[in-house]
Amino acid sequence: MQPAGMVQPIPAQVIPAQVIRTRGLSKTYPNGQAVFAGVHLDISADQRVALIGSNGAGKSTLLKCLIGLLPSTGGEIMTLGESFSTAPSPAQLRRLRRQIGFVFQNHGLVGRQSVLTNVVQGKLGLPGSWRAFHHAIARREWREEAMQALAEVRLAERAGARADQLSGGQAQRVAIARALIRRPKLMIADEPAASLDPAVGREIMTIFSDLAREHGITLVYTTHDMKHALDYSDRVIALRAGQVHFDLPTAQVRARDMDEVFTHGAFADEGAPDIPAAQGANAGGLLHA
Amino acid sequence: MRSASVHSASMRSAGLPPRLPSISPVSFTLLVVFGAVFLASVGQVAPAPEKLAAGAPRMAELVGRMLPPNTDPGFLQRMGWRIVETLQIALVGTVFGVILSLPVGWLAARGISPLGVFRQLPRALVSLFRTVPDLVWALLFVSTLGLGAVAGTMTIVVDTIGFCGRFFAEAMEEADMKPQEALHAIGANRVTVLCGAILPDVMPTLINSSLFALEKAVRSSVVLGLVGAGGIGQELKVAFDLFQYRNASAIILAIFAIVLVMELLTDRLRAKFQ
Ligand SMILES: Nc1ncnc2c1ncn2[C@@H]1O[C@H](COP(=O)(O)OP(=O)(O)O)[C@@H](O)[C@H]1O
Ligand SMILES: [Mg+2]
Repeated sequence: MQPAGMVQPIPAQVIPAQVIRTRGLSKTYPNGQAVFAGVHLDISADQRVALIGSNGAGKSTLLKCLIGLLPSTGGEIMTLGESFSTAPSPAQLRRLRRQIGFVFQNHGLVGRQSVLTNVVQGKLGLPGSWRAFHHAIARREWREEAMQALAEVRLAERAGARADQLSGGQAQRVAIARALIRRPKLMIADEPAASLDPAVGREIMTIFSDLAREHGITLVYTTHDMKHALDYSDRVIALRAGQVHFDLPTAQVRARDMDEVFTHGAFADEGAPDIPAAQGANAGGLLHA
Repeated sequence: MRSASVHSASMRSAGLPPRLPSISPVSFTLLVVFGAVFLASVGQVAPAPEKLAAGAPRMAELVGRMLPPNTDPGFLQRMGWRIVETLQIALVGTVFGVILSLPVGWLAARGISPLGVFRQLPRALVSLFRTVPDLVWALLFVSTLGLGAVAGTMTIVVDTIGFCGRFFAEAMEEADMKPQEALHAIGANRVTVLCGAILPDVMPTLINSSLFALEKAVRSSVVLGLVGAGGIGQELKVAFDLFQYRNASAIILAIFAIVLVMELLTDRLRAKFQ
C-alpha cells in the first residue's frame, strides 16, 4: 500500500483491490465426486492467504478452479478482473496465465537442464516466448531477469548446475524463481513445503512470504501444516466437508478452529483451549504480522 | 504334536504335486500340430544328408579358390572407396532418419502427440517402415531412384525411422510428467514443452537408440549393394557374378572388420552416454 498523498503517477494497470471473488462456487468431478459447494471467497490484493484443510478436502481442486485450470460446475468466479462461470474463455485463460505464477508441491523442474534454463522457462506462455525453452537462446533481458530471480532466492551461484543435483529445498527455491520471473500479480502455491524437512519447509515459506511482501504479490498457498498456515499468512481460509469452515484474519484464528479443521470435527469440542492459535502454535510471534 | 498331525493331514488332502505340469487340451493340440508341421517341413526344405555330403567337397573347393584373398593394390583401393561409400550411406541415412524420427515419434507418442487419436497414423507408418525388410525397400528405391548410393541412403532413412520412431515415441511417453505439467500450466505450447522438458529428459535414451540405429545401418548398408543400392555389397555381387572368388573373400573379410569395429565403437559411445 502506498502512503496516501504521495505524488506518483498512477500505474497504467491498477491492481484491482479484489484479486479473487467467488460466489456459490461448486465443483463435482465427472466421476461424481463432489468436492465443494456454495463457496464464497473474497481475496484482496497484497494479502497472503493460507488455504487449509485435511487431505482430500479439496484445496488443490479449489486452487485450480480459481485460476481456470479446471472447470467448476457451478457459481461465479472473478480472478484478476476476469469474470467467468465454469471455465474462462481461451483469451481469458491466456490473460490469467500471464499474471499468475505457480509453484507446486513437486517443484516440476526439468532435471537434466540447468537451473538457469529452468528459471527462464518461467517465461514460456508469455507473448513471443518460444525461445525461452533454453537459456542459451533466450532473450538477453530474460536471462538477466532469471539471474535476478535466482539472486532473490539466494541461488545465483548455482545457475549453471543441473537441476537434478539440487537438494529438495534448493529445487523449490528454483521453482519459486521460475514463478517470480513471470512478474505475477498472483502467486499460487500448492503445498509448496509439504515434501520438505521441517527446517527447509520454514525457509521456503519465509522466502515466499518475504517475496510476496516485497513485490506486492498476492499469495495464495495451501498447506496442511498448522504452523505454516499461521506463521506466514495474513489470512486463513479453512475448507472442511466441502464448505468454507472459517475465513479469518490470521491473528483471530483460534487453536480450536484449527483442530476442527484437521480432526474432521470428531474431537472438536475436547481439549482445545480457546486461546488465539497464533500464540499457541508460534511462540516467537508472527514473523510478518 | 498336534500341529504336526494337522500339517500332515493337510498334506494328504492336498496330495503330492504331479511330476509333470498338467497340460490343457488346447496346448496339447497346438503341440501336436506344431510337431506335424515341423516334420513335414523338414522333409521339404532341410538338406538331405547325402546332399550335404555331396556339397562338402564343393564348399572346400570354393574356399580353396577364395584363398588367398586378393591384395592387389588397385583392387584394394577400389574396395576402400566402396567401404567409404558404405559408411557414408549408413551415416547420412541414420542422421536423416534420426532427425525425422523426432517429429514422427512425437506425433505417435501417447498422451503427448498433438494428433489425439490420429496418432495411430504415424504409428502405422512406423510399423510399415519397420516390418518391410530393408532389402525390399532397397529394391523399391532402386526401381524409383535408379541404381546407386542414393537408393541405399533412402533405404537406411526408412529403416531408421522404423526403428527410432518407435523407440523415440516410447521414450517420450515415459518422460517425467511433472515438468511437462508445470509448463503446460503456465501456457507453454506443445513444441516448447517438447524442446524444453521432454527432449532433455529422454536425451540419454535417444542417443542410445540412435547409436543402435547407426550400428544396424552399417550392417544393412553392406548388403544393400546386392540389389544395386550402392556400397561394398555391390562389389561383392560383382565378384561372385564374375567368379572372382579371391576378391570375394577380401570383401567378406572387410565387411567382417567394418561391422566388428562399428560394434566396438558404438558400445564405447553408449557406455559414455549412459
Ligand atoms: N481428477 C479427479 N477426479 C475425481 N476426483 C478427484 C480428482 N482429483 C481429486 N479428486 C478428489 O477430490 C477430492 C479433493 O481432492 P484435492 O483437491 O486434491 O484435495 P486436497 O488438495 O485438499 O488434498 C478428493 O476426494 C479427491 O479424491
Ligand atoms: Mg492437494
